[in-house]
Amino acid sequence: MTRTKQRVVVVPCSGIGKALGSVSREAAYELCENLRPHVTELVALSKLVMGDNASRETVARNPCVAIDGCQRSCASKLVKQSGGMRTHTARVLDALRRHKGLKAEGIAELNDAGQKLARVMAEELVETVDALGASGAAKGATYA
Amino acid sequence: MPEDPERKAGIIACSGEELAEGTVSRLAALKVLDSLRPHDTVTLCLPLFVAGGSEDRTFARLHPTITVDGCDLRCAARATELYSNKPAVSLVVNELVAERQLGKPEGRRQLNDAGKQAVEVTAERLAELVDTVLGQARPVSDAAGGAGAPAQREKGGGNCACRSGSAA
Repeated sequence: MTRTKQRVVVVPCSGIGKALGSVSREAAYELCENLRPHVTELVALSKLVMGDNASRETVARNPCVAIDGCQRSCASKLVKQSGGMRTHTARVLDALRRHKGLKAEGIAELNDAGQKLARVMAEELVETVDALGASGAAKGATYA
Repeated sequence: MPEDPERKAGIIACSGEELAEGTVSRLAALKVLDSLRPHDTVTLCLPLFVAGGSEDRTFARLHPTITVDGCDLRCAARATELYSNKPAVSLVVNELVAERQLGKPEGRRQLNDAGKQAVEVTAERLAELVDTVLGQARPVSDAAGGAGAPAQREKGGGNCACRSGSAA
């Protein structure tokens, strides 16, 4: 049997006002551009806000990783509202609790700790992306 | 949700993560909020119109808003109108870049020189629009704080709707 791999859609928070929103965005870029560039696809949250048909279809047809910057959980809520059935939710606040020393500061330009927190978070998500991306191999992944 | 009853302009950037122009919209909005018009502006997170409470929609109904979009999809402008109120002014980075005959912004994570120039131009245009919608007239260079002023929102924590750093 041929096992087809799906692309994993990554949707970060678009939070503009606080450093943790920037961490979510940086983690998504690290994941999609450096760690798993060939199996991931970044989708802008603003498109889901507007109900863009192509983006909704992409989210509905592929497994997703939503990266939330704060407790409002905009990314994961909008992925679900857009039809995302297999969604793993990652929270920057949880990553920060696991790595208390990495105090992110700065918005337009994250400080070194914020950049490192984003990298660590992206690295922690690689296993999830690999599991989600392999068709039928997603057992054990955490679905929100 | 900003609690200050003083009249301010809300800036809503698309922040489109897929495109360099989305990054331009985000950085230009931050430059206005941090440096060019820190006392006259607040930021609203676009996704909160859908995923958040009613506070953000209410703010955008009561205060003039300026949307800044990266591309012709105009997600920020359309969503603001759909979920709250018609923006006072809408700005599209692509159009401004073409109008000013700037180079194409590239590098959604790290902007190229053309992208950085687009940030400056977009931010200055946004600042002018803030003055217009608030009924003020002054050159960009007269803004409180000036271009080199440090960011104030992060410390104060009152100008961001999502408060994404408050629980850290």
